[in-house]
Amino acid sequence: MSEIKKTFPIKGMHCASCVRVLEKSLGKVDGVLSCVVNLATESAIVIYDPKKATDNDLASAVANAGYKAELEQELKTEDEQRQAKQKELNGLRNKVIISLFLGALILWGSFPGLMEFAPSFLTILWIQLILAIPVQFWAGLTFYRATIPALRHRTANMDTLVAIGTTIAFSYSAFVTIFPSLLEGIGVKPEPYFDVSTVIIGLILLGRYFEAKAKAGTSEAIKKLIGLQAKTARVLRDGKEVDIPIDQVVIGDVVRVRPGEKIPVDGKILEGQSSIDESMITGESIPIDKAKGDIVIGATLNKTGSFLYKATKVGADTMLSQIIKLVQEAQASKAPIQRLVDLISSYFVPVVLILAITTFVVWYVFGPSPVFLFAMLNAIAVLIIACPCAMGLATPTAIMVGTGIGANKGILIKDAQSLETARKINTIIFDKTGTLTNGKPVVTDIVGDVLQLAASLEKGSEHSLAEAIINKGEEERVKFANVKDFKAVPGHGVVGLVDGKRVVLGNRKMMEKEGIKIENSQIEKMENEGKTVMMLGVNGKFTGLIAVADTLKETAKKGVEKLQKMGIEVVMITGDNKRTADAIAKKLGIKRVLAEVLPDQKEAEVRKIQAEGKKVAMVGDGINDAPALAGADIGIAMGTGTDVAIESAGITLINKDLRSVASAVELSKKTMKTIRLNLFWAFGYNIILIPVAMGVLYPNFGILLNPIFASAAMALSSISVVGNSLLLKRIKI
Amino acid sequence: MELDKIFVIIFSIAGIAFTYWFFLMKKEKEVNVENEVDIKVSGGYSPEVISIAKGKTTKINFLRTDPTECLSEVVLGDFKIRKELPLNQKVTIEITPQKVGEFGYSCGMNMYHGKIVVK
Repeated sequence: MSEIKKTFPIKGMHCASCVRVLEKSLGKVDGVLSCVVNLATESAIVIYDPKKATDNDLASAVANAGYKAELEQELKTEDEQRQAKQKELNGLRNKVIISLFLGALILWGSFPGLMEFAPSFLTILWIQLILAIPVQFWAGLTFYRATIPALRHRTANMDTLVAIGTTIAFSYSAFVTIFPSLLEGIGVKPEPYFDVSTVIIGLILLGRYFEAKAKAGTSEAIKKLIGLQAKTARVLRDGKEVDIPIDQVVIGDVVRVRPGEKIPVDGKILEGQSSIDESMITGESIPIDKAKGDIVIGATLNKTGSFLYKATKVGADTMLSQIIKLVQEAQASKAPIQRLVDLISSYFVPVVLILAITTFVVWYVFGPSPVFLFAMLNAIAVLIIACPCAMGLATPTAIMVGTGIGANKGILIKDAQSLETARKINTIIFDKTGTLTNGKPVVTDIVGDVLQLAASLEKGSEHSLAEAIINKGEEERVKFANVKDFKAVPGHGVVGLVDGKRVVLGNRKMMEKEGIKIENSQIEKMENEGKTVMMLGVNGKFTGLIAVADTLKETAKKGVEKLQKMGIEVVMITGDNKRTADAIAKKLGIKRVLAEVLPDQKEAEVRKIQAEGKKVAMVGDGINDAPALAGADIGIAMGTGTDVAIESAGITLINKDLRSVASAVELSKKTMKTIRLNLFWAFGYNIILIPVAMGVLYPNFGILLNPIFASAAMALSSISVVGNSLLLKRIKI
Repeated sequence: MELDKIFVIIFSIAGIAFTYWFFLMKKEKEVNVENEVDIKVSGGYSPEVISIAKGKTTKINFLRTDPTECLSEVVLGDFKIRKELPLNQKVTIEITPQKVGEFGYSCGMNMYHGKIVVK
């Protein structure tokens, strides 16, 4: 029994019960062996016996349930698409081999210098005609197939040029073979050009074959990302662990992940702990330890432990799906440089046709004898040498490779425009908190026996500095005492009764307010280091202090240095006071600091720097500073958790590595260099070789372009453009 | 000048004029689309020029019947869409344009062109 599998969309589904209704209805059709309906993708996968059930049976089963099956829109799986592509490629390869083989035989039998050594049958014109027919009408059919419908649309393309060029060569040669006496009668030697028509077809198809293979390499990054997806998930359903396909996991499912397994979807750990390799998503090479409450990312690899987690994002909402969507969009987007290419390519082919006619007439009227042959061969050379493909491929292939490299390194580029702009950046503004620093203050210094009292007192406070002190207290396992009469004085500090003692914790102003004399000489030094110092007074007497500071990210200093080495000015922007800000900037080697800037003023500061004539990139977390990111020439967001906050940013660094800012600029420079080289090559090639094919060098140098060489040059030209784009993969950023 | 040369000159001028008229002077017929449009992909796009409303989601169904490799991808660069068009398989693209203007689309190699006019 032969069974077939069909995947097709269903319209009108809106809830989980639709799934059951549809599965029931489809399952009842005689011949259906199994069926799975998916709400998320609004499609059905049906395995059935085509002898018993027809498409109509399936469609009516779906219609009876109240929905609409779109069977004509059968979705091919990735695998099937790949197989179809491979089959096409194999077919092309066979055509190349056969046409080049037959072309070589004809060339052997007709080319002066070679034909003398050829077996005599190859020199017979009728044999050459027979050898040329399959090349022209079987291998070359693809050119006709493309030309005829295009002409109906009154458009012309690359195939039109090849079809016209080879048809002229073939028809003339066939005419010569069939009616040699007619030509002899007008004094023209009956010389066919079957070698021209066959070798041109063979070489151009060869070019296409290599080009198709190379082009597949440009979209490798996306295939790699798609391949990261786990296929199944082990979820707890009705108290049992069951393996289900990943697209059936729903939000709230509890998922079990064992050592060495891929994490199927995004979620939060409920139980257990492990070390997780996130390199495939974030580019971070060191595995990260995670425990209860931590977020896990789908498609990353669980290394050591086993844990249970709750699915929080599934399907198209997972981080991986978002990244794939983003990279796909970026690869499809149009670089501003492309607009000019678009304009030129819309006129290109008709202009080449006009040039070919002009070549023919000029050679016919003014050229040497035999005028017809010179005119015809040169006109064919013009048609064949013109290569609009190279122009069409120059920009998109480089953009695809460039954005793909970025994605592999955790640098997500939103579109081609961002990639093009990043190279021009000469000033980069970093937001301090959460970008250059970890955004979580920690206790750095404790002077005196103050931690127990301070931590107890801060239990009641909600200030971010309080969290640092409480954490430190928990870490040191201090005994938290009860606090009475707690009071927070905004901008000053806190006060309360601990174990019957009046305890005050706060800044200088707080101490002054309480009339406490500060007896410590280290305070100023600590403040100059960028720390926030809080003093503690007990019953009106100074007892010690605690200093808290936000810590710098590990990669901050190197990231800044790398940019400065590239000649880019680095600016820091923060809401902190000037002294703290200066201290942090000094540690990082940043000379220009914009301190005490309120969040809503950041955008204005960006515009001020732009007004100085600078091209500005703003680096922030993408959430609080979205307007500043959007206002800059390019916004760079540091990704956090599983939210890819890309909308306001041109570039998102999911690897959280500050050195990647420089890498992104570097990638932009290299990609644009490749694009410029590609365009220079593609345009230069056409601008130089079309006139050569027309014969401009003939009067002075006697140089003409043989159509066979023209086809070789043309085939090489598109391959070299794609190849040059692929070279980008080798860059180190 | 010999008669054959005069003939060649006359035919060539006519050929150039015809080429110019045939390819470069064609009038694109604009098709007004309400919600959904089927675009046949064979030797180009028909209809080639469609007009759609700003801010409204419009479905464009591409159906490629032409095996030409060049047409196997469609690129709507302004909408950041690049889609494979498998032979004889309908591929639906949804767009919700936010800006008024003319937006070109093309095949993967930028040889066949179509236009979306947003009004």
